[in-house]
Amino acid sequence: MEANKKVDCYGLLCPMPIVLTADTIKGMEIGEILEVRASDEGIKHDMPAWCKVTGQRFMGIEERDGEYFAYVQKIKA
Amino acid sequence: MEKEKFNIVVFSGDMDRVLAAFILATTAASMNMEVKMFFTFWGLNVLRKKKFTSGKNLLQKLMNLINKGGAERLPLSKFNMLGMGPMMMKKMMKQSRVPSIPEFVEMSKSMGIKLVACTTTFSFMGFAKDDFIDGIDSYSGAATYLSDALEGKVSYFI
Repeated sequence: MEANKKVDCYGLLCPMPIVLTADTIKGMEIGEILEVRASDEGIKHDMPAWCKVTGQRFMGIEERDGEYFAYVQKIKA
Repeated sequence: MEKEKFNIVVFSGDMDRVLAAFILATTAASMNMEVKMFFTFWGLNVLRKKKFTSGKNLLQKLMNLINKGGAERLPLSKFNMLGMGPMMMKKMMKQSRVPSIPEFVEMSKSMGIKLVACTTTFSFMGFAKDDFIDGIDSYSGAATYLSDALEGKVSYFI
């Protein structure tokens, strides 16, 4: 997936991937897509949960060689 | 849209429990919630500066000599082993890049989480405002917490 912005949370544990996602999304434009790279499996459930609460669009998670790439589209200011 | 409110009473001054409180608080703030942490009893130690002792009378001074303040020197609720436990835990947290309690305090402040200190504990322990770190939102009592708790769906006591 083409992302406008990437944030690397490899090696970080909860709550850091979510904290960094929220922080990065703040500085992005509506319609842009964020890619979050993570190693903590919790992100599979945490990212959709974060999107559900904040109203951003969850676009899926790809798992490659034990790494997770989560995609979120900013649809709300 | 009105923000959801999340309130936590931090009664415990144990590093592990306080860590759980901060993980929830910073996550809630990341989820656009309005977060308030009410520090009371041993929990106040998180907001205290690292000082030799504090207190107005002898008993308070003696108590605060053993009840050490400072976010960087909280004991563990289990396996404290005279400070060996926290030392090992801090090292393990660092290895896994988990922020320390002082780092969580700073992060919380920068995320706009409100840190509230309980005035009752404050008074009977003989603390002074100077014993506390900067950036405390307010010094208040149980009514403040309950009024906030009534407005929020999620409220914890740790």
